[in-house]
Amino acid sequence: MKLFKKILIANRSEIAVRIIRACKELGIKTVAVYSDIDRESLHVRLADESVCIGPANASQSYLNIPAILSAAEITDADAIHPGYGFLSENYHFAEACITSGITFIGPTPENIRLGGDKAKARQTMKRKGVPVVSGSDGPVPTEELAMKVAKKIGFPVVLKASAGGGGHGMKIVKEEKELEQAFYMAQREALTAFGNSEIYIEEYIPEMRHIEVQILADNKGNTIHLNERDCSIQRRHQKLVEESPSPISSTEKFKKRIGELGVKAARAIKYRNAGTVEFIVDSKANIFFIEINTRIQVEHPVTEEVTGFDIIKEQIKLAAGFPLEYKQSQIRPFGHAIECRINAEDHERFIPCPGKISYLSLPGGPGIRVDTAIYSGYVIPSNYDSLIAKLIVHGRDRAEAIAKMKRALDEFIIEGINTTIPFHKRVLNNPDFISGNFNTHFLEKLNNNSQGNL
Amino acid sequence: MMEIAELKELIELLKETDITELHIEKDGAKVKIKREKVLSSLEIPVHKSAGFQEKVTAEVEEETQRLVTVTSPIVGTFYRAPAPDANPFVEVGSKVSKGQVLCIVEAMKLLNEIESDVDGIIVKILVENGQPVEYGEPLFLIEPV
Repeated sequence: MKLFKKILIANRSEIAVRIIRACKELGIKTVAVYSDIDRESLHVRLADESVCIGPANASQSYLNIPAILSAAEITDADAIHPGYGFLSENYHFAEACITSGITFIGPTPENIRLGGDKAKARQTMKRKGVPVVSGSDGPVPTEELAMKVAKKIGFPVVLKASAGGGGHGMKIVKEEKELEQAFYMAQREALTAFGNSEIYIEEYIPEMRHIEVQILADNKGNTIHLNERDCSIQRRHQKLVEESPSPISSTEKFKKRIGELGVKAARAIKYRNAGTVEFIVDSKANIFFIEINTRIQVEHPVTEEVTGFDIIKEQIKLAAGFPLEYKQSQIRPFGHAIECRINAEDHERFIPCPGKISYLSLPGGPGIRVDTAIYSGYVIPSNYDSLIAKLIVHGRDRAEAIAKMKRALDEFIIEGINTTIPFHKRVLNNPDFISGNFNTHFLEKLNNNSQGNL
Repeated sequence: MMEIAELKELIELLKETDITELHIEKDGAKVKIKREKVLSSLEIPVHKSAGFQEKVTAEVEEETQRLVTVTSPIVGTFYRAPAPDANPFVEVGSKVSKGQVLCIVEAMKLLNEIESDVDGIIVKILVENGQPVEYGEPLFLIEPV
């Protein structure tokens, strides 16, 4: 078994830099692809070779399958890492790579297809004995059926897009009379955002935490988990702060249970390579599967810090056919890690703020990690998402991790643009966050109290 | 055409000396670099101790402005002829018309014909047969007629 000679990274920004770093450490050559506006990007500078694949518009560059495969062809790359977002969960792309004789570093096209159909994934899990929230058996094509299902589950319910995520096509319906309008709006949003208007229904769990499990599986089906991450601090279903272990994961029993459910879910669909199983946990610590993310995730560093694993390297090794090196019993997480996603946005209204970074000073010291592609003088383009840096800390326990994060946020200077660093300072100083007593409504509460608190 | 690196070097050269204006002609390209002394907020020139700011401007006048550059719209491999043993589509000096095929860029076994945007004469072919090209890579210089 041999590792790849050359990997093309079909992505940009911090995750492209992350993947290039892992490749370098493994002695693998790298090819960066970039849109013409990303010519001065860090990932282009760090890679061994680079190919301009199109104009700034993502659909003509980072989402342009022929351009990316062509770039792999002319550079003789033998594998492609899709990162997250863009083509990472596009099963056509995964299939096209395979047809072109290039290894797609990630799960199988079938895994991706199933993961991308949330209604179907739910049904599959239910059939295989993984607990799911009560809801519809598959998508609900009509408003009449939606009403029937909703009445049976009991209000409040949540309508979700089968093909989507990030909150698009998602509607919370508190009472019967709201359902009709919400249903049509959800369908329209889903169609606009994902080209697919399919909606399914779940019971709405008011006080819920979003806790997910990192999975690794080799080509023989050996599957392990690398424990859980708590991602409940979200704004409009976009994660902002993540940590591992979850503050409610204080009992070994809970940790073991959620980890085992993650593995069960992965095995149920013969999942390969790295992925994440998402659960919601109610106020009584009941665990329910909601979806499976068939890619490397933004918040993977948090798991890396507590387990010592380099998940990107593991993805590469697994894709090259190497077996899993470790058994579940050998996974011993240590300490506590927190990640803050720093966006180029105004910290109160979260309005994107692209522009030139006039001054940059990164935090440092023990247990501090910054995953970023920004540098002093870099101009952040307006065409892509606003994540500019991930600040990750690791401490012996949660209290130390919080102290480190506060210190690191104070040291982190980015001038020339607005960033959400002040927002993260507010979160880290918030009593509910510090006590670990929060759920997915944390941010709403924070905003409502913003007059009183920091 | 002047490369950005070359221009930067010339500007540095200007800054290090007392030269106020530099004209260079190279390969049909003309470059004029002028140093202007700009008064920071005053209308009337005052003694040298008051805030003078130096502003170096580079006006790049290219005679090559008249030439049209054909760039590759896709990633792939550049071929001058429709087949390995066929004649190239064009040579330096060939007269071409708008829409005429100039070359092929092969991407994933598909041969894409690249057409001229203008009527004119091929002045320069910028890439070699069989060379990989990226999006936006300059392929031909055409003098429009």
